Formats: sequence, C-alpha cells, structure tokens
Amino acid sequence: MLAPEDNCVVVAQALHAGDRVTIDGKSVAVAKAIGVGHKLARRAIARGEKVLKYGAVIGTASAPIARGEHVHTHNLESDYLPTHTLEAGRAFMGKHA
Amino acid sequence: MSASELRGYLRPDGRKGIRNVVAVAYLVECAHHVAREIVGRFRDPVREAPHRGLAVHLIGFPGCYPNAYADRMLRRLCTHPNVGAVLLVSLGCESFNRRALEEHIRASGRPAATLVIQESGGTRRTIARGVEWVEEWLSELDAQVAVPMALSELIVGTVCGGSDGTSGITANPAMGRAFDLLVERGAACIFEETGELVGCEHHMASRAVTPELGREIVACVAKAARYYATLGHGSFAVGNADGGLTTQEEKSLGAYAKSGASRIVGLLKPGDLPPTGGLYLLDVVPDGEVRFGFPNINDNAEIAELIACGSHLVFFSTGRGSVVGSAIAPVIKVCANPETYRKLEDDMDVDAGRILEGRATLDEVGREVYGLALRVARGAPTRSESLGHQEFILTYKTFEPAGPACLPAAA
Repeated sequence: MLAPEDNCVVVAQALHAGDRVTIDGKSVAVAKAIGVGHKLARRAIARGEKVLKYGAVIGTASAPIARGEHVHTHNLESDYLPTHTLEAGRAFMGKHA
Repeated sequence: MSASELRGYLRPDGRKGIRNVVAVAYLVECAHHVAREIVGRFRDPVREAPHRGLAVHLIGFPGCYPNAYADRMLRRLCTHPNVGAVLLVSLGCESFNRRALEEHIRASGRPAATLVIQESGGTRRTIARGVEWVEEWLSELDAQVAVPMALSELIVGTVCGGSDGTSGITANPAMGRAFDLLVERGAACIFEETGELVGCEHHMASRAVTPELGREIVACVAKAARYYATLGHGSFAVGNADGGLTTQEEKSLGAYAKSGASRIVGLLKPGDLPPTGGLYLLDVVPDGEVRFGFPNINDNAEIAELIACGSHLVFFSTGRGSVVGSAIAPVIKVCANPETYRKLEDDMDVDAGRILEGRATLDEVGREVYGLALRVARGAPTRSESLGHQEFILTYKTFEPAGPACLPAAA
C-alpha cells in the first residue's frame, strides 16, 4: 500500500494461484498467478468507481472488482488514453495497416 | 567522495566535460556505414576497464531532407562539454548544412573536419582518412588534463525505460531523492517525457517558481495529451502492461516520482541549456500539428535530447530491464525490480529493487545513486559504458522556441 487513501495495493513478491495474502488484516486467496509490480484490490471496487494509487486517481473501474482481485487492463480503464496491450496493438495496426 | 573532488575537461566556452570524446557524425544514412567503420577501427573486444576505443562515439542524422530540429540537436551535441573533437562524414548531396555545422563547431574552439565521401574517393579512402584524423585527435585528447569542477557546473538528466509496476515505487523515488541532493548543492537536474506526466500537471504547476511558469507547464502537458490522443497511442509499451502498469496516468505518477521534491525553476525544449542550477522540465513533444509521428520513438531519442540540453550524465530507471547506454554521456542504470536485477545484474549499476525486499530504504538508495553520480563524473565507467553501449538516434521533429515565461532565471 503506497498511500492511505489507496484502494489497491502493489504485489512485492510473485504470487501463485491459491496463495493467501493479508490485506488490512484480512486474509484472501488470489485466483491466479500475479507478478511483482501488479495490483490487487484492497477492498471491493464498484464499476465506474475511481481507482486510487499513490493517493491519486489512476483510472476508472470498468467492471466490479472483489477484494484481493487482480486490477489491470481487464477491469481498469484510463481516463485519458487507451493502454497499449498486444490486442490493442493489433487493433491499432489493423486500423492503420 | 565529496563533491569538491569533481574534475572536468575545460572547453574554450568555459563549460567542463566529464568525458573527453571524439564524435564521428554522419550527416545522412548514406554516410552511416563509412562513419561506423571509422569508429569501428577503434573498438577492441569488450573489456572491463575503460579503453581509449570507448572514447570514439558514433552519432548522426539519417534523413536526407532538411530539419531545423536535427540541425540544432547536432550543433548542441557536437559542442557538448563531454566532446573534445568532431569528425563529420557527408555523402555530398544530402540536405544537411555541413559547412554551417563545421563552422559552428570550430567557433566553439574544438577541432573539426568534414569528409565528403563523393569528394574523398569513396568508401575505402574516406575510412582511411577518417581513421587517421581520429587517431591524431584521440592522442591529443588523451594528453588533456582535467581541472577542478564545481557541482554547480554539472547537469544531470533522468529518464525511465522498460518500466513496470515497481519502477514508480523503488527506482524512481530513489532517483528523485538523488536529484534533491544534487539540486541542493547547485547542480542543474532535468526530467522529461511530458507524454508520461499526463495527470501530474497541476501538481507540477504548484512546484513552479512563478505562476507563469506553472501555466506553461500545464499547457505543455495538455499539448502532450492532445498529441498522443491524435496519434491514438499513449507513451506506453506492451512491456509496461505485462509488468503491471495499467493506465497512462498510473505510469505517469510513477514516472513523476523521479523528479524528486525540488521547486521547478524552468521549462526547456531540446537544445535549451539551463541558465542556473535547479530542477528543470524538458518538453519533448513537438509543437503544432502531428507531423512526424511519435515524439520519441524509443528511450535513446529522449536521452539524446537530455544530452542536447547539456546533461553530462543520465540516470535511467528500469523495471523490465533496459540495457542501453548512450553516445556522448554515460548512463547510470537503476534497476527497480529485484527479479530483473537478479537476471541482468551485469548490466545494472544500482539495485533499487532490494527496497521491495526490505534490504534498503528509499533514502539509502537515493544516497547511493547520488554518490555513484559523483564517481561516474570523476571517471568511473557505468555498466553500460563498460559493455560498449553507445546507442544514438535522431529523427525529425519541429519546435517553436520556448516562451520567456519558461525560463524565469534567464530574464
């Protein structure tokens, strides 16, 4: 956890599916492998709610997120610009090829 | 080592360099091979200790069409304080104004010469003449003695590349601490990549020394956001997402941490030199409509711009593991991710990832980066330097000159 207002936390040690982590004193199991640097939800986040990291808004939840769930491109969208992923990259190339 | 033990090579314009390099610059892609072969004659197999061959650097501009930005960039890079002599290699028919560039370099008091392939008898003879010229000046530069240099004469740039979710919580804030230490002692420090500061503009404006400067900073980030929106692609690579970063603003907040906590005293464009010590923001996004594509097609394009603003050395934080160095200025690699450090230790100067594992604090790593900067300035090679990394890239861009509110100290 980087700031007290944050509703997500950053993974500091690689996690495997089924590993249990303790967030704010409560234990929760992670559903799949999560790499170092990725985010988990600190508490439940509703669709359309702002996601906070470093005490600042990093985007909007595009789907409901449960406590302990992986927070990434499948459920978090930028308020400014589209994020580049391989799929988005292929779509981008398809538009401009 | 204390800051009072810094030494540099004195140039006729009064600036001091921390390296003494012969630059070989090709003025169009057609002259690239010849220039590369000249430089290549001085390369030994990669060794640990610094070697005289590592003091001959290849830079250049591939384009045949004229461009004021490329012109300005090469003028600044060829007269950078780390550069002692310059050989220009021209094909003969390209648009680059080679006479004006050579005159500009000579006017700075540096030895300069131009070889025109079409007038020198072609590839083989031009390479031979070039090697002879470089050999002669390398010997002269080898004999030059460094003089005492103050921290207020040092300029340090910072960049991040290959970022992941750890970059913004280990390496970047640690580098920010190092920046604070340098600025407190009078150095000029420059951070950039306005396309990656989307969301941070109002916080930056609150750190500006004048309200007018604050407004210019907000405007230049808005320019970056519009530019990237027009491109349809943010300053974001596939590796960033694989490494846990999800949105542009999240990446921006992490990147922003490397600016530290100092007040921002000015806004620069590529080629502008900081008039005083302090923290500066470099605006890398072109002015006007989107004309030439992505502002900086890779990390080395940004590094070249930091160097054109006078940076003697560059801090570079990486999470995924960038291995690049740069021509002209040494790059200090600060590794943000402990797993990456274990995989690529030989390429990394600082292990900032150990903060995540509780083996050091941000302040300790910040002091380590600061201390290393002084040792590198004194002559210690960085990992990328020792490994022979001298990447360089220069492409087409357009800029309007920075307005008067951007450099309050220059008034």
